[in-house]
Amino acid sequence: MLWSEFEKFGRIFDPWREFKRMEDEMRRLRDSLGRTFLEYPFTSTSEFPAVNVWTNEDGAVLTTEIPGVDPQSIDISIMGKSVALRGSRQPEEIKEEESYHRRERWEGKFSRTIDLPFDIENNKVEAQFSKGILHITLPRAEADKPRKIVVKSE
Amino acid sequence: MGNTTKEVQKKEAESTKGVEHTRAQRIYAPNVDIIERSDDILVIADMPGVDEKSVDITLEQNILSIYGKVEPDIPKNHQLIVAEYGIGDYQRTFTIADEVDRDKIQASVKNGVLKIILPKAERVKTRKIAVQAEA
Repeated sequence: MLWSEFEKFGRIFDPWREFKRMEDEMRRLRDSLGRTFLEYPFTSTSEFPAVNVWTNEDGAVLTTEIPGVDPQSIDISIMGKSVALRGSRQPEEIKEEESYHRRERWEGKFSRTIDLPFDIENNKVEAQFSKGILHITLPRAEADKPRKIVVKSE
Repeated sequence: MGNTTKEVQKKEAESTKGVEHTRAQRIYAPNVDIIERSDDILVIADMPGVDEKSVDITLEQNILSIYGKVEPDIPKNHQLIVAEYGIGDYQRTFTIADEVDRDKIQASVKNGVLKIILPKAERVKTRKIAVQAEA
């Protein structure tokens, strides 16, 4: 009696089939998460401003978004492998009777140092500021560039 | 900048339900300041990568929408080694009150910052009433 009850139950609820289903579900979830991370390769940083750095064998390009900053106030200094960025943005001046309904934009001073994997050719660094994006070209120091050694045959 | 870092991160724009994007770009919601002044309302939006030619402002009934198209500036023959911010278009919409004089809305872009001036209609401008001391 009891046995047949179990059999009946077993047919409807197969625990192994259930495990299989869960496993499939996990795999599907993991795959979709993996896809999400590939689409969003950007890491978050607590440092400001956020930078993107591109490199090749000749040097690096660093970009950062600092809209509304007076280009004259941007200070870039190079020391060996590191680039230091400094600047500030003033808040909109408001009169006494004026008020903020929303205030999300950043203001104040910023300072950040970014280390590159190579020495920078100090006097060849170029910087452009356009549409609120700072674009710095940082050539690699000649002495730091990899050298090809020709192997002579006897 | 310690305690404001969260707000500094770029936020992706919430897409309207059922609306699909046709460009394969990410869309961010720009950070904005809205300041109420005596004669107008000033909207300031941070949209790095946008200039006067690539921003679209539309006013439909009470919905003011801004859309900024960004052409990504990606160096050729380089490899990305540090990626802290994403590049994409900007979009944000605002509902505006009837008190705005629609025909006189002005907008300008400088250094990646969009400023929109929404002038108040004559009748709603705040009037200062001078209080005189009784003699």
